[in-house]
Amino acid sequence: MPNLTALSLLDASDGLRAGDFSSVELTHACLDRIQALDAVLCSFLFVAPESALEQARHADQVLRRARREGAPAVSRLTGIPVAIKDVLCVQGMPATAGSRILEGFLPPYTATSVQRLLDAGVVILGKTNTDEFAMGSSTENSSYGVTHNPWRLDRVPGGSSGGSAAAVAAGLCFAALGSDTGGSVRQPAAFCGVTGLKTSYGRVSRYGLIAYGSSLDTVGAFARSAADLQPLFTTMAGHDALDSTSLPAPVPEIDLGRGDLRGLRVGVPREYFIDGMQPAVERGVRQAIEVLRSLGATIEDVRLPHTDLALPVYYLIAPAEASANLARYDGVRFGPRRAGMDLLAQYLETRGALFGPEVKRRIMLGTYALSAGYYDAYYGQAQKVRTLIKQDFDEAFRRLDLIACPVTPTTAFGIGQHGDDPLSMYLEDVFTLPANLAGVPGMAFPVGYDETGLPIGMQLMAPSLGEPALFRATHAYQSVTAWQKERALR
Amino acid sequence: MALTLEEVRHIAQLARLSLTPQEEARFQVQLSAILDYAARLRSVDTSAIPPTASVLPLDAPLRPDEPRPTEVGARLLGQAPEAAEGMFRIPPVFP
Repeated sequence: MPNLTALSLLDASDGLRAGDFSSVELTHACLDRIQALDAVLCSFLFVAPESALEQARHADQVLRRARREGAPAVSRLTGIPVAIKDVLCVQGMPATAGSRILEGFLPPYTATSVQRLLDAGVVILGKTNTDEFAMGSSTENSSYGVTHNPWRLDRVPGGSSGGSAAAVAAGLCFAALGSDTGGSVRQPAAFCGVTGLKTSYGRVSRYGLIAYGSSLDTVGAFARSAADLQPLFTTMAGHDALDSTSLPAPVPEIDLGRGDLRGLRVGVPREYFIDGMQPAVERGVRQAIEVLRSLGATIEDVRLPHTDLALPVYYLIAPAEASANLARYDGVRFGPRRAGMDLLAQYLETRGALFGPEVKRRIMLGTYALSAGYYDAYYGQAQKVRTLIKQDFDEAFRRLDLIACPVTPTTAFGIGQHGDDPLSMYLEDVFTLPANLAGVPGMAFPVGYDETGLPIGMQLMAPSLGEPALFRATHAYQSVTAWQKERALR
Repeated sequence: MALTLEEVRHIAQLARLSLTPQEEARFQVQLSAILDYAARLRSVDTSAIPPTASVLPLDAPLRPDEPRPTEVGARLLGQAPEAAEGMFRIPPVFP
């Protein structure tokens, strides 16, 4: 028996189809590794062994029947253990969004993205840690403990989907779902050395995703490579009548290609190589761009002149939308309640006691940006500058297929490093926010390690619905390099 | 631009958040710093630029308004801190 948790998702799927091992064995291997490692990593908030093994037994029946009848119609995901970020609802499991204001909440339905994976036969191991309501870049804002980076335990895994990234990096599961509102899939993927996909806005249904910034929120996924991510993307993507913002566009076949990138035009924006970035990160990303060139891609300079305005735009628009979305947590319909003498006092006490500091900060900021007398100066102006940022991308993608750049200015920072200085934490998101403001997809993947052994991430961005090009280029890169095969905590 | 403590309290009231005096003081400093940073947007000339509220190319689509059965209703009520007679129960609006 091979070391099951070290396999790629596709190798695990091959083994299941061939009958080399069962989904129950695969699931047990993951549960054992969670048991052994997660007291230290804190990547899971909730583990569901019984329902996971039940799903695994069912998958084994499907796989056995398929082998007996020679039926090829079994999904690549059948019997594969995965984890779900705790901002997506799964019926039968708690959903906390990393917040005490949802402690004990049992969602009455399952998110469409998760349901589509379940319909394909995945095994759900549990729910992973997140910054409270996905607001953060480190998982330090979770109300249920900090997740540790599997490569170096004194470092953050990134955030907000840090639990999902750490779980994949540590081999606790074969893939995991996340959400990306300002970089929350790509940044933790970079910090943890895994491959992460932020989908185009509207590409994957958000029904059952706990809302943060509704004009920016997207569902994404983590796995060890683009090839492993492919079945997750094609299974989740596509229109959903339950989400009026989901695009009716057909889901394309993803052709991973044979590693030949001739004809692919890749732009490198100088605005993403800034003073003060870690030299190892710039070196790693520039070397990776040379690999793309050696595979046949055309590399050229591109300007995205409004890049430095993305941060102030994001930190007005996202908090404004959050302040509206989080108005629903008031102790009336779900979650715990703090009693007050009247309804208003109950609102004030419940929200004051149960939201954490970063969530309060963003609700305050958003409330201010939307308030009478300040709306035009803050929120209105931010929406107009957003148009300029989107136009930068529209212009660039008139002649380019992809944009290549770093995911973050540095590798994973230390737990506690940003202390109580929110602005310095926000600056960590400088390279990931523009894609959300423009609604375009992005892929983050490892392109090397710094002198202390921490992963370096590169980001590719494509025009809206351009995921096929992201898969093709990332897979080509990963076919001639081996960074994604390095494993933390062997 | 520095927010006054009065403004912080007013925003907290609008946002339905009770804050401790320590939180008020900390948010006064932190929110002022963030708003100072955001003030750089004001120097951008956007007089001819339309706002972007959504990047979607479509208007909000409509579907036929047909009633459908759902089992979610009863389960939703089951998540309430307090429910009675098929309704959410709240303290008095005017005590």
